[in-house]
Amino acid sequence: MNTVVAKLQRQFQDYLVSLYQQGFLDNQFTELRKLQDEGTPDFVAEVVSLFFDDCSKLINSMSRSLERPENVDFKQVDSGVHQLKGSSSSVGARRVKNVCISFKECCDVQNREGCLRCLQQVDYEYKMLKTKLQDLFNLEQQIVQAGGAIPQHFPSYTILRPDIRPCLDA
Amino acid sequence: MAEVMLPMKMEMANDPSKFTSPDLLHVLAVDDSHVDRKFIERLLKVSSCKVTVVDSATRALQYLGLDVNEKPIGCKDLKVNLIMTDYSMPGMTGYELLKKIKESSAFRDVPVVVMSSENILPRIDRCLEEGAEDFLLKPVKLSDVRRIRDSLIKVEDLSFTKSINKRELETENVYSLDSSVPLQLKRTKI
Repeated sequence: MNTVVAKLQRQFQDYLVSLYQQGFLDNQFTELRKLQDEGTPDFVAEVVSLFFDDCSKLINSMSRSLERPENVDFKQVDSGVHQLKGSSSSVGARRVKNVCISFKECCDVQNREGCLRCLQQVDYEYKMLKTKLQDLFNLEQQIVQAGGAIPQHFPSYTILRPDIRPCLDA
Repeated sequence: MAEVMLPMKMEMANDPSKFTSPDLLHVLAVDDSHVDRKFIERLLKVSSCKVTVVDSATRALQYLGLDVNEKPIGCKDLKVNLIMTDYSMPGMTGYELLKKIKESSAFRDVPVVVMSSENILPRIDRCLEEGAEDFLLKPVKLSDVRRIRDSLIKVEDLSFTKSINKRELETENVYSLDSSVPLQLKRTKI
């Protein structure tokens, strides 16, 4: 029983660290986890869930605004990007936030093609992160079900950040 | 690999008996972002504050009883010790809300903190000139909230402070503790 828990805890820690190393998460996610305790065990999951809802809604409305080339509402798109950048920054969704930076630049110069590319990328990134975090929360659940405690491990992004191109390994 | 020290469990915020204390700072938080509302609410609860969260400046004014022509009586038993508002909001901005609050006789003395994801100096200046207590860059840090809370507690002279600070002293070792004199708060200003 003990080794099962220890193994799961090890898995959890390694997976969490990898999410930082691969640039999916930054220190703001660490801050979120620090705010969670036994009285509020679902805090992080709830906040990221709200974030993913935001992503879906905003991407849909921006997509509509960008739909017709002759009638793009760049103001609306800019507003959407601003909101997305804000909430991704608040949860530590680093890759999503970075796409928003490029997205805003395309918006500023009214580059519809660029905006469409960024929209696609932001959609990809948030869905990818959603899957990753779901896996992380599943590991948490397995640990709890096996009678163990979730490791209070708080990686520091600034130490783990790769200083090369943020590409995925394998 | 690097690790950050785990802070002590936030028992105080989850203890119901402490929550009903009338001496808790009551904070009104205003933000149109659902994610940010949830985040600021948690930061405040963890800092032993009572929190009311609204999603727009209009609703904030409604809550304060300032929405229609200002009622001379207002809401007597509504005690708000601090208002924290996002700057960029659809409809009325945080800046406009700040102005309305400072124009009201009932709430002009309530400190207002403005939050923004954008570091725009003229914006910051404008808010401070209009009487904002502070301007925070998002994402807001727990240390920001604590710093503001501590400076307000000093002003309000709540008896509750000593137990909060004693607990935090034990955890963080930030302040020096001299048991022969009352607890002194060191206000750290960045």
